[in-house]
Amino acid sequence: MPAALSISGLTKTYASGLQALKGIDLQIQQGEIFALLGPNGAGKTTLINIVCGLVTPSSGLILAADHDILRDYRAARTLIGLVPQELATDMFETVGATVNYSRQLFGCERNPALIEKLLRDLALWERRRDLIMTLSGGMKRRVMIAKALSHEPQILFLDEPTAGVDVELRREMWSLVRSLRERGVTIILTTHYIEEAEEMADRIGVIHKGALIVVEQKSTLMRKLGRKELTLQLLEPLGAIPDGLRDWPLALSPSGLELQYSFTTADQHTDIAALLKRLDALGIAFKDLNTRQSTLEEIFVGLVREGDRRPA
Amino acid sequence: MSSWHFNRRGVAAIYKFEMARFRRTVLQSIVTPVITTSLYFVVFGSAIGSRITTIGGTSYGAFIVPGLIMLMLLTESLSNASFGIYLPKFTGTIYELLSAPVSSLEIVLGQSGAATTKSLVLGGLILGTASLFVPIRILHPGWMIAFLLLTAASFSLFGFVLGIWARSFEQLQFAPMLVVTPLTFLGGAFYSIDMLPRPWRMVTLFNPIVYLISGFRWSFYGKADVSVALSLACVTAFLAVCLGLIAWIFKTGYRLKN
Ligand SMILES: Nc1ncnc2c1ncn2[C@@H]1O[C@H](COP(=O)(O)OP(=O)(O)OP(=O)(O)O)[C@@H](O)[C@H]1O
Ligand SMILES: [Mg+2]
Repeated sequence: MPAALSISGLTKTYASGLQALKGIDLQIQQGEIFALLGPNGAGKTTLINIVCGLVTPSSGLILAADHDILRDYRAARTLIGLVPQELATDMFETVGATVNYSRQLFGCERNPALIEKLLRDLALWERRRDLIMTLSGGMKRRVMIAKALSHEPQILFLDEPTAGVDVELRREMWSLVRSLRERGVTIILTTHYIEEAEEMADRIGVIHKGALIVVEQKSTLMRKLGRKELTLQLLEPLGAIPDGLRDWPLALSPSGLELQYSFTTADQHTDIAALLKRLDALGIAFKDLNTRQSTLEEIFVGLVREGDRRPA
Repeated sequence: MSSWHFNRRGVAAIYKFEMARFRRTVLQSIVTPVITTSLYFVVFGSAIGSRITTIGGTSYGAFIVPGLIMLMLLTESLSNASFGIYLPKFTGTIYELLSAPVSSLEIVLGQSGAATTKSLVLGGLILGTASLFVPIRILHPGWMIAFLLLTAASFSLFGFVLGIWARSFEQLQFAPMLVVTPLTFLGGAFYSIDMLPRPWRMVTLFNPIVYLISGFRWSFYGKADVSVALSLACVTAFLAVCLGLIAWIFKTGYRLKN
């Protein structure tokens, strides 16, 4: 089975001379949820817009299920749905009309049943006869999602789908994305909410200054780069870390009441049990302890910093 | 280029979308030109025209009908078509057209087709309004329709080019207001260029709209300022230039894609 999307050697230099993409290579498998992370201006939207035909690439080859997006654009675009980053709707159209329009624009036969289901799924059915200008921002975004899904695409691009969407709606969006995946739809999304990528993605790509600096399975990424932290709340303050604890890289809080031990999840010899035993032997008592795993966000910030240090 | 068939549903969708936009603004787009036409008749036809006897055997009121229709046709085709493509560029909804499996030809067909349709309806309405004021006869109805259609189509295409070129509403207004309207007035909409002194007649012949109006008026009254073949060639050439420009725009993505 060919990859749902295959990008090789993609570069983009805007007319301004700014190089927004510097040689992107990326394969996305069918049915995958791929999250593209990166700070503002990293090139996420540029990448998506090139695949969808809004921006012309400077060089490189892009295949959507084996169809060249430039030479065989009709077949490629038929497979692709796009929800762009910016809200853009026809204010004077009704919700129903605009979604039907999208379906026909993509060359599909009218299908009222399908459109009804789509609008119901997106909680827009009650508003189908309303003008788009009377909807809230979050509803407009859902209209754009309905438009993008109206021609039953195989590959869906969501450029920051949950920007400006409330918590409840965001959860609904996540479940919609999951249900799409169950139907075999490949989803590529960008987001600034790391928890979103953490929650949904199978694989994560981090793009920084136009280059993909990491592409990993989410679990691998978290395992490889994630850190764990053990914090012990001591009963009596310590003046300094005793010599007997030199084997562990510990940090003592200024109050002397908290002992912190951080280690990477990949470390083989993280022996918390031994540490606790040693504390006991040294007569250091603690009243509480907790551990936490670093979030993807911390991993991400670390990666971007590292990327910044590397010469471009 | 592609193995896929012509996206006829896509073209129909674009056409219907544009027609729906016209329907929403039916007041501005139909009532305004009809009232304007009536005003022209009151002022030029009755007030001034009563002092002019005939031009080439045609009463002045009847003489100005083809020119008036052309004036409306040119400005309306231009502004409708340019607005039709400028608006999605301005609001950002153009993303959908660019990401859909429609070819450039199909987009132009849907958009300019709708603008042309509207212009033709408008032309008919003005003709109807005019016939309330003056007796009109049409010697060559087939040619009249041909000129109407060719002019509406080519200026709709020209409007499409203008809408893509424009970066602001001011630029969008620029061509209809500052180029087409003056050229139409100077192009013999309200007079025969035979009435001009000799040097000015020469200058006027560089105005392409002279040929449109002359040919169109010929289809009504059988009298032309310039040869009909020349008129026809002129409209066809203009159509070809616009088509060429549009092909180039889509090939290069000029002001459409980054
Ligand atoms: N039309 C354009 N002309 C010139 N430069 C552009 C254009 N569009 C984007 N850029 C530049 O390209 C770079 C990448 O922009 P892009 O929109 O792809 O970033 P992004 O990762 O989507 O950012 P964000 O998270 O803010 O949406 C930025 O430096 C931006 O300024
Ligand atoms: Mg972006």
